[in-house]
Amino acid sequence: MPLLEVNNLEVCFGLRSGAVKALRDVSFTLQRGERLGVVGESGAGKSVLGFSIINLLSRPGHISSGSVHFEGKDLASLAPEELRSIRGNRISMIFQDPMMTLNPVLTIGVQMVECLLAHRRISKADAKRIALKKLQQVQIPSPEKRLDQYPHELSGGMRQRIVIAIGLLLDPDIIIADEPTTALDVTIQAEIMDLMLNLCEQNNVALILITHDLGVVSQVTQRMLVMYAGRIIEQGPTKEIINDAQHPYTQGLMNALPQMALPGQKLNQIKGTMPPLQRIPKGCSFNPRCEYVMDICKQTLPSFTQSGNCQVACHMVAEPMQDKMLIKEV
Amino acid sequence: MSESTFKTEQPPTALQRFKASHFWHSFKIDRVAQLSFLIFLAYVVLAIFASLIAPFDPYDASQIDIMNSEIPPSWQAEGEADFLLGTDAQGRDMLSTILYGTRVSLLIGLCAVALQALLGIVIGLTAGYIGGRVDSFLMRIADIQLSFSTLMVAIIVLAVFQATFGTELYQQLAMIMLILVIGIAEWPQYARTIRASVLAEKKKEYVDAARVMGFGRLRIMFRHILPNTLSPILVISTVQIANAIISEASLSFLGLGMPVSQPSLGSLISSGFEYIFSGVWWITVIPGVVLIVLVLVMNLLGDWMRDVLNPKLYKG
Repeated sequence: MPLLEVNNLEVCFGLRSGAVKALRDVSFTLQRGERLGVVGESGAGKSVLGFSIINLLSRPGHISSGSVHFEGKDLASLAPEELRSIRGNRISMIFQDPMMTLNPVLTIGVQMVECLLAHRRISKADAKRIALKKLQQVQIPSPEKRLDQYPHELSGGMRQRIVIAIGLLLDPDIIIADEPTTALDVTIQAEIMDLMLNLCEQNNVALILITHDLGVVSQVTQRMLVMYAGRIIEQGPTKEIINDAQHPYTQGLMNALPQMALPGQKLNQIKGTMPPLQRIPKGCSFNPRCEYVMDICKQTLPSFTQSGNCQVACHMVAEPMQDKMLIKEV
Repeated sequence: MSESTFKTEQPPTALQRFKASHFWHSFKIDRVAQLSFLIFLAYVVLAIFASLIAPFDPYDASQIDIMNSEIPPSWQAEGEADFLLGTDAQGRDMLSTILYGTRVSLLIGLCAVALQALLGIVIGLTAGYIGGRVDSFLMRIADIQLSFSTLMVAIIVLAVFQATFGTELYQQLAMIMLILVIGIAEWPQYARTIRASVLAEKKKEYVDAARVMGFGRLRIMFRHILPNTLSPILVISTVQIANAIISEASLSFLGLGMPVSQPSLGSLISSGFEYIFSGVWWITVIPGVVLIVLVLVMNLLGDWMRDVLNPKLYKG
């Protein structure tokens, strides 16, 4: 049984102008210890996916259909009490901005101890010992001192280490990291990603890494999902997708990497922008921006096709007689 | 962070932290704040130790001699050295009475504000954090409460109480009644301020993070959000204490506050009022000055605190 199984998840935001579907028909699985990357443009629904896994969408968002099974229990329909015992305890989350995720008026030690005491029946001294151990694990210089410091006394990199330490505090099974390195500068990013990779491997923690940095995804994750306008359009082993993307959107993302352009040449980009969620076009939602668009793309939604170890939702991949290389040359 | 703090092994103590803070620094350079704080501190010390400092006990009828009534302050020609600030119409020593009166006024001010803060914090936090219908309901109640002025509510309640239960019982319970009335009439001030800060705070990521950690609603509200809204609470508290003292003085002046046997500053001012045109000015003027200085000092402190604690006004 997979650790986490998401089936046909649909998330709706009830707005005054009508319900907007932020996630449509999202299904994937996560094995114990597996590292999964979720990539896509801003607004593709990556963060909403992260929040809906622990059923913590803030109003007006809600899970309108589908299920999120964690060890066989459906988180989408669990009682609030039980959900709370899973949040933070079994599934924890790391946010984008470490400046904001720590409470500015409580010391690091207080925040860590509180988190432990909320889920475990242990003494304060024991909680402090565990907190100290976790701070050592994230390689913070002089961890004893950090416990008595306030977040504003620490640098961004150190704060993110502390956020990671808090995420690992209760030895969760899954960590959902929502763009954990976006707010940090590049040198620190690499350190933090290395650290997370090592910690996940050592503790056999599954990681869901939400990001738009394909470089990070290719280094850290084993499998990846590509999202567009609330749907998964391609999923499979990271290596295969990075080396040989099937979906035109994924290809576009790869081509947009600065490494793909020659010096002096303009960077490649996918034309247009993602449609607003209220006005997703009929058929394949990518069709207005797709170079290879066909008539069928404007009519029917493509279903997943197996291509190698990957699943791709694209009509072109589904119809093998259409040679995409040929079309490209036209 | 400076080099030296990095090298020290010990984390800074609370006192060191306080000394390094912006709060302490701006206090050190602000003469007005220092003076106000000193005067306020003097008031508090005098009020607490009133029974030790005062030469007479104004509550003890055996120490009062009607023959000593209306003696002017000692520096005046007819003054007596025993009564530094003169005596009132019943022969009570003004200095002692003012000291005890200050105690009564401060006590009522502090307790009434504590009650306001308690009600306001609980209601404001709940309204702000839960939102939706609960929010609308609580805030409409606050609006209704605010549409009656404090004095009007107090006059009605206290007058009805006096009429129903008689003056005797009222005099015994005067202090508690004043605290209750002023406390309940002013809670929306707190509730509104706190609700506004909670609305801003609850959108911050640390609240999401706390929810992700599986904390319950009450814990998030009181442990995580409340401490982050403390600075506006501190600021309005100073102003509200001054307001509560004024309210109490006004009510006492109108004869609905503290009884003459246990006078507050307001009832002292009131009791001297009828003699003021016959030249006996000290019964009204001296407690009046004491009250004005107290309220002024508190307002100055409140202003200073608002400037310090408002990050938008940071100058460096």
